[in-house]
Amino acid sequence: MKTKLAALAAATMMAAAPAMADLIVPNLSYRTGAYGANGTQYADGFNDYFTLLNERDGGIGGEIIQVPECETAYNTEKGVECYESTKEGALVFNPLSTGITYQLIPKVSVDKKVLYTPGYGRTSSKNGKVFEWIFNAPANYWDGASVAIKYLLDENGGDLNGKKIALLYHNSAYGKEPIRTLQELSVKHGFDLSEIPVEAPGQEQKSQWLQIRRDQPDYVLMWGWGVMNQVAIQEASNIRFPMENFIGIWWAGSEIDVLPAGDGSNGYKSVTFNGVGTDYPLYDDLQTHVIDAGLASQGGEHVGSAVYSRGMYAAVVIAEAIRTAQELAGTSAISAEQLRDGFENLNITDERLTEIGLPDFGPAFETSCANHGGNGMARIQQWDAAAKQWNLITEFTGPDNEVLDPLIAEDSAAYAAEAGIEERTCD
Amino acid sequence: MFYREAGDFKTSYRDDGQTFPIRLDRFGYYAILGVAAMVVPFVINDYWASAVLLPFLIYAIASLGLNILTGYAGQVSLGTGGFMAVGAYAVYKLMTAFPDISILIHILLAGGITAMVGIAFGLPSLRIKGFYLAVATLAAQFFLVWLFNKVPWFYNYSASGQITAPERTVLGWAVTGPAASPAAKYLVCLAFVFLAAWIARNLTRGMIGRKWMAIRDMDIAAEIIGVNPLTAKLSAFGVSSFFVGISGALLFAVYLGAAEVGEAFGINKSFLVLFMVIIGGLGSIFGSFAGAAFMVLMPVLLKNLLVGTLGWPTDLAAYIELMIVGALIIFFLIVEPHGLARLWRLVKEKLRLWPFPH
Repeated sequence: MKTKLAALAAATMMAAAPAMADLIVPNLSYRTGAYGANGTQYADGFNDYFTLLNERDGGIGGEIIQVPECETAYNTEKGVECYESTKEGALVFNPLSTGITYQLIPKVSVDKKVLYTPGYGRTSSKNGKVFEWIFNAPANYWDGASVAIKYLLDENGGDLNGKKIALLYHNSAYGKEPIRTLQELSVKHGFDLSEIPVEAPGQEQKSQWLQIRRDQPDYVLMWGWGVMNQVAIQEASNIRFPMENFIGIWWAGSEIDVLPAGDGSNGYKSVTFNGVGTDYPLYDDLQTHVIDAGLASQGGEHVGSAVYSRGMYAAVVIAEAIRTAQELAGTSAISAEQLRDGFENLNITDERLTEIGLPDFGPAFETSCANHGGNGMARIQQWDAAAKQWNLITEFTGPDNEVLDPLIAEDSAAYAAEAGIEERTCD
Repeated sequence: MFYREAGDFKTSYRDDGQTFPIRLDRFGYYAILGVAAMVVPFVINDYWASAVLLPFLIYAIASLGLNILTGYAGQVSLGTGGFMAVGAYAVYKLMTAFPDISILIHILLAGGITAMVGIAFGLPSLRIKGFYLAVATLAAQFFLVWLFNKVPWFYNYSASGQITAPERTVLGWAVTGPAASPAAKYLVCLAFVFLAAWIARNLTRGMIGRKWMAIRDMDIAAEIIGVNPLTAKLSAFGVSSFFVGISGALLFAVYLGAAEVGEAFGINKSFLVLFMVIIGGLGSIFGSFAGAAFMVLMPVLLKNLLVGTLGWPTDLAAYIELMIVGALIIFFLIVEPHGLARLWRLVKEKLRLWPFPH
């Protein structure tokens, strides 16, 4: 008992209150664990953009942004611990994990903190009437599934009747998310959907690809993350599956996913909602103020990669929301509640993106009290193995809202009933 | 000196047979219990509850359960994560199917359901032993996780396969769901821990516990002296799974609030609880607590030290933390293979003789 008490006493001293600060945007990152390779790049992009704002502009509206980092290892228990240890004074959380998001949705609603989950998390949190504190603009999984199917429709002259589409998914909350939508879409468009789960973390996929080889689907869609993507792309190239018929969600569309398969991955496609590469004016500023100054996270070795860019994009949207909130509230030291208003009145136009130095980097979108998910626009990118780069091959396309809206209404209503939430009224 | 036994007389067998025969120990126990029940709930905050105390209490129950099976009855099990999942899914199904019945009853029922599942998976123990049994329970681990992921009935057909605990109250206080106060959650867990430790202690020093230990030490000899291996082994599996199920139910409903079976109850959880038992000390109630405290508190402590105080990068700290915890485990096992409980016992013996050791 004594050892335990000593440990407890020591823990009390260690868990001293965090430093008082300006605007706090914790970065619940993961640089270790099964998904560490991806998480590291995302966290770097997220940190670097705020470092840039602090260095170049002195923060946002004169307030320095603090980005304390906490390592979750993609583990929900550690994620909760990180949330509790950083929530003091924090404005918004972006845990980059659907599992942790599910954990935090009820907690942030009670603590009144914003949860921003771009491109992941609970899809139906797009419904702001039920999910007051959760935002998932610009696009969610169902948007991604729908955009991918729309792209396939375009490829096939608007007709997918009788085609076979396999969904290869990470057997977790994240991977299961698109199933419902794809089932609806398969009914609507008459394609045959087969669902093939891969157990986390996904190194072992022999039997899945054997099944794909046997079934000969016309297209394979993939909801994977981390090592699962690399293995899947390698396996696909091993069985000589036509790469241009293999489309991943945005989390299965980074350089680290395709590089291990070498030339075999040439032609692989993925959905994306952000640009990649460094051909944007913002990167000049980033070079001067952050990378050359030696302030870049991890020395800036991943600048311009797909996942880095997505982390940066999340920071861009949060920064814009903070700016909007400051304008609305008339003060620069905003609270989390004021930030929520900022998020609900976001209007990221093409002009604004150009102004930031990221023209055509992401979709133009607006959010509102009822719509926390934007317009769900996404585009398709294709990997060029020779040039080692992603090429954007379509324009931003919107999803099939005719199918998605009822699903979102249904799922959010189920959550509201389960959690005993009254819908807010939005005008 | 510190352990003064002078004047501590016992005049009956009853006195001699109590759990804490030394008066100082007994008072220490009452004091800790008093502080835990009367003081901590008033000072506890969200961070302390969710980062330190709730996981400690919940894993202490799991490690008590596994200690009964592995430490007392000698049946090595790697299925703890799977059995915790049974507890979690059972309590989820009960909570959603019978919302009007108290959550405390549901948690106990979830323990009962897990006990039955545990007995079913304990049946092979009648034929196989040691490593082979560990492999059989490993199969239980993978099978149960696969089952809860595969069959939508278990997660009420939710789109993502996650289970989320709705709000339930005890005496008007929310103990599950986001609105639950840290103190309410803590007190519920504390009550279950107290109960579990009390039951475990009394079972293990009574006839049943002696049968378990006889089976552990030499099963053939135990059979010859009249211990029925069937009932002894299966009762160990049943009681152990009961505790593990309760801890799974609390982990999901009270602590996490939402869970995904592969992530929250994967094989890592089985290893974690097994490490707690080994570090704490096989066949010791106190060891279950010490092991849980070590495995829960050490990473948090190191993280706060390395990141919070020294300001190291989080990834470096995370790796160093893994190394330090690993090294400490090896160190403890070399210094004292019988775990922290044995270390504590040695300290007590030394203190009783101090300053005149012989």
